Amino acid sequence: MIDNKTYSLKDIIKTGLLSGLIALSLSVIGFITLLNKRELVAGILSLGHVFLFSPLIAFAYLSAVRIKDEGKYKILGSGFLIGILTSIPLLILALIEHFYDIRQFLVNVSPDLMEILLFNQGIVAGSIILMLGMGLVGLLAAGLQTLPENIRGPITYALTWTLLIGTFSEILSGRLRSFFGPQFVKIIFVRKALNPLVAGILLLFFAGLEINTQKRKKRDDVKRPWKNLDPRIKNGLGMLLLLLLPLVLGTYLTEVVNNVGLYVLMGLGLNIVVGFAGLLDLGYVAFFAIGAYVMGILTTQGHLGFVSMSFWTALPFSVGAATLAGIMLGIPVLRMRGDYLAIVTLGFGEIIRILALSDMLKNQFGGAQGILQIPKPNIAGFDLVKPEFLFYVILLGVLLALFVSWRLRDSRLGRQWMAMREDEDVAEAMGINLVSTKLLAFATGAAFSGLAGAIFASKLTSIFPHSFNLIVSINVLCLIIVGGLGSLPGVVVGALILVGLPELLREFAEYRMLMYGALLIVMMLLMPEGFIPSEVSKRELHAHEIQD
Amino acid sequence: MLVLSTNDVTKSFGGLTAVNQFSFDVPEGKIYSVIGPNGAGKTTFFNCITGFYEFDGGKIEFMGEMLNGKSTDQITRLGVSRTYQNIRLFSNMTAVENILVGHHPHFKTYWFEALIPTKRILQEEAEALEEALHLLNFVGLKGLGDQLACNLPYGAQRRLEIARALANRPKLLLLDEPTAGMNPNETVEMIEFIQRLRDELGITILLIEHDMKVVMSISENIGVMDFGTKIAEGTPKEIQRNPQVIEAYLGRGAADG
Repeated sequence: MIDNKTYSLKDIIKTGLLSGLIALSLSVIGFITLLNKRELVAGILSLGHVFLFSPLIAFAYLSAVRIKDEGKYKILGSGFLIGILTSIPLLILALIEHFYDIRQFLVNVSPDLMEILLFNQGIVAGSIILMLGMGLVGLLAAGLQTLPENIRGPITYALTWTLLIGTFSEILSGRLRSFFGPQFVKIIFVRKALNPLVAGILLLFFAGLEINTQKRKKRDDVKRPWKNLDPRIKNGLGMLLLLLLPLVLGTYLTEVVNNVGLYVLMGLGLNIVVGFAGLLDLGYVAFFAIGAYVMGILTTQGHLGFVSMSFWTALPFSVGAATLAGIMLGIPVLRMRGDYLAIVTLGFGEIIRILALSDMLKNQFGGAQGILQIPKPNIAGFDLVKPEFLFYVILLGVLLALFVSWRLRDSRLGRQWMAMREDEDVAEAMGINLVSTKLLAFATGAAFSGLAGAIFASKLTSIFPHSFNLIVSINVLCLIIVGGLGSLPGVVVGALILVGLPELLREFAEYRMLMYGALLIVMMLLMPEGFIPSEVSKRELHAHEIQD
Repeated sequence: MLVLSTNDVTKSFGGLTAVNQFSFDVPEGKIYSVIGPNGAGKTTFFNCITGFYEFDGGKIEFMGEMLNGKSTDQITRLGVSRTYQNIRLFSNMTAVENILVGHHPHFKTYWFEALIPTKRILQEEAEALEEALHLLNFVGLKGLGDQLACNLPYGAQRRLEIARALANRPKLLLLDEPTAGMNPNETVEMIEFIQRLRDELGITILLIEHDMKVVMSISENIGVMDFGTKIAEGTPKEIQRNPQVIEAYLGRGAADG
């Protein structure tokens, strides 16, 4: 893939400057300063530092991989050089800021940023620390490559886990407090960050854990007590864990999981349309909106309501209406493929949103004011108000959708869809009726989305047209691509990453789209088949590697 | 009995008449070849038979049933199956899955029955799989069932395409240049294989082929096409001596000298 021999000093310099420019732009847009507010290890390390150094670490490590056969000193030297070079654009920024006030042009070049870059020191001492610090980090990152696997593994494993725990220490400390009391939490966390001592212990613990697994692997007796269990017991245990999840997570995290669940539901539907049947649908939010609006109109106790059904009575109507809309959209686009289909569906999605927003239908759909006073789901006279209860409704929906997707994928219909995705003409020549096959894909996808919409309406108790923007369709499409097109576990992972993670990193909402875009670019370059590729597409995209 | 009978089939694209009043009959159990120079309209004619193109005039009958106005999948269900000149497998599906797609018209359960795995549907799936493996074996690809179609070697892809067509359980099999791009050894194997199809499975075969050696050695009847019209029809021997055919292939004057 990459020719080792052409990787020369010039390339190392280029790499170093590139990493420096990335670090510079992250600083100048205020990203680093903002992230600095989240401390990982109290008084020592913040998320800002992690992001300031992460381009350097990534580039130094990757270039070390490229020249791994050229001797230790060259590798370490390249790492050090990349580190120094990374610091140069930052130093220039610090110097300019020191002598001229450039804050009037670059608002985010604040004293705070200078403090981070210069480690609270003066300009001279700070510059030296930054330069040498970056050189050292580069050297260490490159040095990681020279270490044998049995040392490198535990180090990366321990660092990753400790950093993750540090990043989410605020949430973790909140949860632990409610289980073990504030005294316990005070030992581990200092001001929403890890106690340095505890961080050290965690590092050792995870390293030891990994060393242990490696040893076991070598002796080939990896303990997997769950491996011999009856699959029914395994599923039962998994189910039990899922049922107990809201108790463990608490209200806030359960709310996050609920949002993820709704996106999983939509993702599973779109996965059928795009992943299985290969029909690129960009107006997928329309079915979500239809499900939500039907639920809203049928159940609302406000002035728009006329029947005031319960959630459970209205649910079949919501899903049914969305399914019908799926078929109605499907009929005119039967003869369309690829880009054309994408554009038509895009238009359809907008039409539905604009209809909901329009003054013409204000008396039916509430226009921009939306529909209010939608009741929560109710079981035996008991309103499911808390997220912990709604969790079970969503879980039920997701499990149902997962089951349907899984059964259909491995059935005749699944093969019909995939054949149609591969070659429509040939599929027809094999006796497949394209009309019914396409409409079934649209209908099933729309049904899942309608179900998600219905639950969404009832969960929020009010809906507005602006909740059904194009961005929802794009989000759902992105999450199935990131997870792995056509892969069912991929949908869940994709939703966790693209919906769950941003919720947990709420304070960075400003930069959400930036991170999103960066993630997508990196994903497409490094693993285009997604995090959990479906078996087949994995083989397809890496076919050349298998043949080698 | 005639398996296929066409009468004055005409298909034009704008000003170009690709197939012009083409009539011929294919009796049951025969290997019938359609030959002609490049661009003579052979593949267009195939596309008319399989319903991929709607033709402008004439009629096509299959086992006494009119094919006019029927859609591709309906015609396939009647028992007409085909392969393609440039192999068109479902590349990202495994070999067995490809064949199972071909088996599609013979599933009797409804799609939603898959949601509740009843004995009926499990049994049907098992039978389909068994038939697919049998076909895989028949075309000589035993053990390659789990390979992705795109990873198979060229000759195997040709065979897999035929296996997929066979899974339709056709009465008439249309092969569009089955030996294109093959070396002489593979070509000989393919000729034997096509003969086996007819002899062992009793399938009538309609063949488009460029390679004269192939055509002359396996066809019982040959129809020659040039500029969309039939210029000759007969046994291989008759065709080889027909001056019009020689002219179409080798140019004017060749027949005389």
